[in-house]
Amino acid sequence: MVDDDTRGTAPAGPATTPATTGALLEMQGIVKHFPGAKALDGVDLDVRPGEVHCLLGQNGAGKSTLIKVLAGAHRPDAGTITWEGRPLALDEPVQSLRAGIATMYQELDVVDGLTIAENVFLGHELARGGFTQRSGAAARTRELLARLGHGDLPPNREVGRLSAAEKQVVSMARALSHDARLIVMDEPSAVLDSGEVENLFRVVRQLTSDGVAVVYISHRLEEIRRIGDRITVLKDGRTVATGLPVASTATADLIRLMTGRSVEQVFPARATVASDAPVLLEVDALALQGVFADVSFEVRAGEVVGLAGLVGSGRSEILETVYGARRATSGRVLVAGRALPAGSVAAAVRAGIGLAPEERKSQGLLLDEPVYRNVTLSTFARYARGSLLDERGERRVAREQIEALDVRPADPERHARTLSGGNQQKVMLARWLVHGCRVLLLDEPTRGVDVGARAEIYTLVQRLAAAGNAVVVVSSEIEEVLALSHRVLVVADGRIVHQGPADSIDEHAVLDLVMEGSAA
Amino acid sequence: MSESLPPSLATGGSVPPGPDDRTPLARTADDGGHGTAAQAAAGTGRTGRRGLLHGGVGRNLGLVVALVALCVVGVVTGGDRFASLDNVMTILRLAAVIGVLSIGMTFVITGGGIDLSVGSVLGLASIWASTVATQTMAEDVHWVVMVLTALAVGTAAGLVNGVLIAYGKVVAFIATLAMMVAARGLAEMIANRQTQIVDVDTFLDAVRGDVLGIPKIVWVFVLVAVAGWLLLNRTTFGRRTLAVGGNPEAARLAGIKVRRHTMYLYALAGLTAGIAAVMMLGRTGSGSSTHGMLYELDAIAAVVVGGTLLAGGRGTIIGTVLGVVLFSTLTNVFIINNLSTSAQSVAKGVIIVAAVLLQQRLAARSRGA
Repeated sequence: MVDDDTRGTAPAGPATTPATTGALLEMQGIVKHFPGAKALDGVDLDVRPGEVHCLLGQNGAGKSTLIKVLAGAHRPDAGTITWEGRPLALDEPVQSLRAGIATMYQELDVVDGLTIAENVFLGHELARGGFTQRSGAAARTRELLARLGHGDLPPNREVGRLSAAEKQVVSMARALSHDARLIVMDEPSAVLDSGEVENLFRVVRQLTSDGVAVVYISHRLEEIRRIGDRITVLKDGRTVATGLPVASTATADLIRLMTGRSVEQVFPARATVASDAPVLLEVDALALQGVFADVSFEVRAGEVVGLAGLVGSGRSEILETVYGARRATSGRVLVAGRALPAGSVAAAVRAGIGLAPEERKSQGLLLDEPVYRNVTLSTFARYARGSLLDERGERRVAREQIEALDVRPADPERHARTLSGGNQQKVMLARWLVHGCRVLLLDEPTRGVDVGARAEIYTLVQRLAAAGNAVVVVSSEIEEVLALSHRVLVVADGRIVHQGPADSIDEHAVLDLVMEGSAA
Repeated sequence: MSESLPPSLATGGSVPPGPDDRTPLARTADDGGHGTAAQAAAGTGRTGRRGLLHGGVGRNLGLVVALVALCVVGVVTGGDRFASLDNVMTILRLAAVIGVLSIGMTFVITGGGIDLSVGSVLGLASIWASTVATQTMAEDVHWVVMVLTALAVGTAAGLVNGVLIAYGKVVAFIATLAMMVAARGLAEMIANRQTQIVDVDTFLDAVRGDVLGIPKIVWVFVLVAVAGWLLLNRTTFGRRTLAVGGNPEAARLAGIKVRRHTMYLYALAGLTAGIAAVMMLGRTGSGSSTHGMLYELDAIAAVVVGGTLLAGGRGTIIGTVLGVVLFSTLTNVFIINNLSTSAQSVAKGVIIVAAVLLQQRLAARSRGA
């Protein structure tokens, strides 16, 4: 009996299990039906105390459903769950929490209007006779934050004022406040930049050394290499491999297990840029007060230029300013030699610049509109006769793009919401191709895109460049920037600190530049 | 109620307007919570827009069922008094003014906004147009001048709303609330709180009477509805409205001029308020600062019950028309049965919830199929 009463008086660290290699959690043959679909069709998972167990799989493989079963949010239709050798019923979230399983969801589930301490103890407030014990909660919160390496955060600060990384720390503190023995982290690094990921890893290592097990979900294989102990791979709702040791499993094997096909090379080869290729995009001493300054670069037809840097370094803002979504305080943007008026998206689009924004769902797509209307969002007026829409023409051109970019399912009537991240990204690209854009700005093109589809996006970027477009890529994943781009610009603290061919610099050098720049 | 009088009485020329003139629909006192319920219904609703049947009748099955049920009740309780051509015209005449306002409101709400000022703007436009007729040029004024005055005043007030909201970044609820109060006050100042009888015969002849046996104001409603349907579903303006309401940031980044379009939407709502003012002038034979009192709430109720998403991004003109007709039929059934307006308000609240719940169920079923 471990968790009869976990409130307040719990020991400082979680009780460690006797030194056995026995599983903390064992799930066998888990099946979960939804109306019209079988989300889980026989999933096995075993997690040992103190390990980082990585859960891999493409979007739709069943990862989210599985962790919801673990959290007690979905009741499985069949299968057994064993916790420390005893069967465990998970019918309600509270049972899961009582057993010591805490879940950190992908979309941060903190309440912005409450303080850190209130969030940490949300749902299990420290109270006596109906009165919340604020000082007790604050003290406990301070302890938990210190344990997570963030002793500097005051417990009474409002969560709405925290950064995404800090909110995640709050979410983690909440998991610990339940004296969790197993913490499920669903893509915890998605909202973090490289520096913050380091801190996350440090915290994870500390948790595991205390005997806490972590189920870690991420699309980034390189992260799994660094932090993971064992891997379970899901595909189409089934476990296709379980307990693979991270150290001795090849990346190619993992990709094959996940996708069911071998991906020869994740990053396709780059075509060379002709030295006499015309300059399509020229950015001249562009500045945005308080964010970045003195940014100048050129992109030739057929060239991919990558911007590497931390979140907050100004890289996304540079892209948005080039696009006119922010009004530059000084400097010029020229497309094919012609200067654009500052702060006008419409003018940039007319000149042939297209932006695939970082937040596809909130900034790019009309989620409840059909795919074809998303494809023609910037061109429907062009197809219209006078102001009468030509929906037939729009559908035709959307169908052409769906075929050319291999959007799946190939149905122009599907609502954008129902598409996977990778296919949504293709819809964004289709929009600008229909428009005839020759300068494509891609902000985090593979965020939320699973491994199989990433390779497709990479191939697509190379194809677009080879067809004579100028492409600018911003990404938090330095490896991605280096592999995709011909030339790399390293951004730190709103300045370009390095500019050169991607072949002549490696990941460590970029990181060094980035860190140096932000320290300065 | 003047609404239930035969047209021959209503055209008497000097029917005193006053509180009695507003339609009983205006007394709906239940606007507290149905917005969110309807929003939920529309949110889970089927959204394919592949054809008239699909997008219109199919999606609005709940409303059609409610309307049919109400008609059955009308026939059973009222017999021939309900099921007569005269009475159908009465219902439509009752629906016409709010109906025109509701078409404009459908655009504003689909575009992600709200307009609380249309009722007051209607009143202001009626006063302005009747002032032109009664004071400045007396008998000489051409009826077209009156009509254009009303339309111009309505559109101008809408433009002020639009500029404040789109460029001044004032929240739509606040900006139009301010206009609601201010326009009513301005109308009172101009009219000196007096009802202005319109005795320009050319005007009254132009807007009153029937064409092909159907009252002209009903024709106006039909024309505005058809134009609204075409505008929303078949034009670039309509597509922009859906985009701006569905995801303003995505629309902006796709090169759509979101602010300009937002401004147009409020101007459009103002224009419909101007049209409604002309209809009101014709129906009552007077301009009054009390015209259109609380009509904005009836319009919003009709739009939302019709299935337009209150959060924006999805709108249906057919649903709005059905919503308006549903409410005016309800009023009519109550009047025929001599029931109190208080009971009517309660029934309206129930109908709003019932229509939305029904729609939700049907939408869920058609989605599951």
